[in-house]
Amino acid sequence: MDSFLIQTVFYLGAAVISVPIAKRLGLGSVLGYLIAGVLIGPHALSLVGAEGDVMKFAEFGVVILLFLIGLEVQPSTLWEMRRTIFGFGGAQVVVTALAVAGVAVVLGLPWQTALAVGLVLAMSSTAIVLQTLDEKGLRQGPVGRAAFGVLLLQDLAVIPLFALLPLLATVAPTTAGEAGGHGASLMTHLPIWAQIASVFAAVAAVVGGGRYLVRPLFRFIAESRLREIFTAAALLIVVGVASLMQMVGLSPALGAFLAGVVLAESEFRRELETDIEPFRGLLLGLFFITVGAGVDLPLIAHKPLTLLGLVLGLMTLKFLVMLGLARLFGAPMRGAAAVATALAQGGEFAFVLLTFTVGAGVIGAPLAALLTAAVAVSMALTPLAMMLYERIAAALDAAVPDVTPDTGAFDEGEPDIIIAGFGRFGQITGRLLTANGFRSTVLDSDIEQIDLLRRFGRRVHYGDATRMDLLRAAGIERARMLIVALDDREKTVELVETARKAFPDLVILARAWDRRHAYDLLANGADAVERETFESALSLGTTALQKLGFRAHRAHRAASFFRRHDRRSFEELRPMWGQEEAYILASRDAAKTMERLLAADLSRLRPGDAGGAWDTASLEQELRERAEKEGAE
Amino acid sequence: MTTLPNTGAAAPATSGVLLVLAHPALERSRANRALAKAAKGLSGVTFRDLYETYPDFAIDIETEQAALVAHDVIALQFPLYWYSTPALLKEWLDLVWLHGFAYGPGGEALQGKRLFVACTTGAGAKAYHAHGYNRFTMDEFLRPLEQTAHLCGMVWETPFVVHGAAVKDDAALKAEAERYRARIGSLLPAETEV
Repeated sequence: MDSFLIQTVFYLGAAVISVPIAKRLGLGSVLGYLIAGVLIGPHALSLVGAEGDVMKFAEFGVVILLFLIGLEVQPSTLWEMRRTIFGFGGAQVVVTALAVAGVAVVLGLPWQTALAVGLVLAMSSTAIVLQTLDEKGLRQGPVGRAAFGVLLLQDLAVIPLFALLPLLATVAPTTAGEAGGHGASLMTHLPIWAQIASVFAAVAAVVGGGRYLVRPLFRFIAESRLREIFTAAALLIVVGVASLMQMVGLSPALGAFLAGVVLAESEFRRELETDIEPFRGLLLGLFFITVGAGVDLPLIAHKPLTLLGLVLGLMTLKFLVMLGLARLFGAPMRGAAAVATALAQGGEFAFVLLTFTVGAGVIGAPLAALLTAAVAVSMALTPLAMMLYERIAAALDAAVPDVTPDTGAFDEGEPDIIIAGFGRFGQITGRLLTANGFRSTVLDSDIEQIDLLRRFGRRVHYGDATRMDLLRAAGIERARMLIVALDDREKTVELVETARKAFPDLVILARAWDRRHAYDLLANGADAVERETFESALSLGTTALQKLGFRAHRAHRAASFFRRHDRRSFEELRPMWGQEEAYILASRDAAKTMERLLAADLSRLRPGDAGGAWDTASLEQELRERAEKEGAE
Repeated sequence: MTTLPNTGAAAPATSGVLLVLAHPALERSRANRALAKAAKGLSGVTFRDLYETYPDFAIDIETEQAALVAHDVIALQFPLYWYSTPALLKEWLDLVWLHGFAYGPGGEALQGKRLFVACTTGAGAKAYHAHGYNRFTMDEFLRPLEQTAHLCGMVWETPFVVHGAAVKDDAALKAEAERYRARIGSLLPAETEV
């Protein structure tokens, strides 16, 4: 128990320290975890052993990850992806395996061993790829879907691999079928037809259970209003499905994915997501740490060049095969490169498969150790490779601003405006400006967004807008205006601040999160800001007034009056920004003013309203008196 | 943010000219730009660009009334649209020149002030005659404003009209701008006259 607690302290401690540092350095969380793992691993600080138990526990993170992804995938989407999964994914496994095997044969391995190595190394790391893509905001959309399709097929391919690999044995198997993990199912002693039947039965059980049992179960639990039981039930489903799948020899991750897809249409989807999410994060982190801890430092130190060659060779080969295939399947160059970079590493399946192949007498133990190390290192290098890819993409953009020949008429010459961030906010602003004939250059870190914009001939740069070199490449020195429309509060302030320092005369407009953020931005040099929800909320309020019986013009005037008051109080409170107490007091005062105004609204005596104009009561009174007087005369 | 940009020299209390410009597309009007530019430079003139200040027609009544009170001469500069003022200037009159403020019982805020109208027209001077195609004179078309001044107890100044504004060449416009500047200067109290 003690040692368990202490181990937990080391794992959590390492994660808590190294991940935020890695994030701050721009390395991403995956690399942070991996580094943490290497540091506390048996070959460095040796705080934790290379425990298989922890590894298995941690692998459950991948299972949960796939379950969550399954929840996002409607069955119909899966059907639409069949070409990606079986065509693209299948081609990836076959071609990569053959290419790797070919190189292995050239390097002097017997063909059977070479083929086994090829098949093992064709696998990529689901956890690393998806987590990295997630962090880059690439998981949704074409790049993410293509990568996911390949990973899904690899998961499927593992099943026949356990059957096929022993056939490639060159020496007598030592412990065949006993290599733990996915191969060792309860069914191995059954005849093949029974195994296949049990697989189908298990899948049917998951689909049927998901359809007809889970909903009533959850409804029953939901009525008990016990949050933790709901979480427990959600975990139970994932663990249950995973064990069932393992029993019939399917990949637990695949089973979890299937369960996720089945539940994607249920009304409990969101709740399942929120409940399971924290487990995913922690367990995946643990998984990355164990991968890091598994990196065999002495072996690397012993054969650094061999390993370096292996890793670089493997990643280059996988990258090239993937790039070629993606292009063949019609992906644009940039997207193809992104997918290929993401999938260029070896995967966690390789660890299991290598152990299995050693047992089956297909691959020798020393070679397996070398390959395991190479796979681990390639996994660790993936986040770096993605960063490299981003840098190259950004550099290409910088070097050749108009990469696409179909750059439209709008974008000739220097841009008038640089728009940083082209999400929900920047798009609208940007479209308005473009529609009015201004040339803009957009900076965004969402590749799909960029591809789309490029197709419409817009000038787009890929990358983090807070980087000055990128801004310069985008032409900020000659632009008249910078519009910061990022949806990250801190980055917005950071960008406004650095841009203001570098370009004192540039007009800087910024999207503000709220009032405080707005003051912050103004204090850091923004010329004007707009609170991102203010106008739309006001607009909805106007509609509400109309639906409540106001005539449209009255509702419009009420909103105008409100806007003026709010902006005025915004300006009045500005000098107090920074003095917390004064600000709170004054804003309370502003709230009181608003209250008064609201009360006045009701009594229709509001001086600021145009109620005094148009058929005024006092005028009516005067006219009536006059008419009476005239009648009397 | 709705505080009004006061681009002219700050006028001392109850003195000087409040020049209210109303042109919805000033960027296309050479004549009104030239006139406004000429008048803006005068000290004692408070310049107010209505369409720039209230693009959404949400006129701030209190601010506008305060500005009216603070000046002796109210000058309205606008292009004649359909023989009348542009919509926002009419809205401004509707919303700001209220019963009880500008006229009616207790409405004495504008008493004794002068109302000066500067107007540009597209058609030439000949059109504004009984026999011209607009059939009425400028004086006739401006009667509503003249009566507005009368009802508010204001002095009606002879309007300043630039006919055929769109077809005038730069030199002619420059001459008109000079004439305008002189005219507004003459409305200012002697000590601030240029």
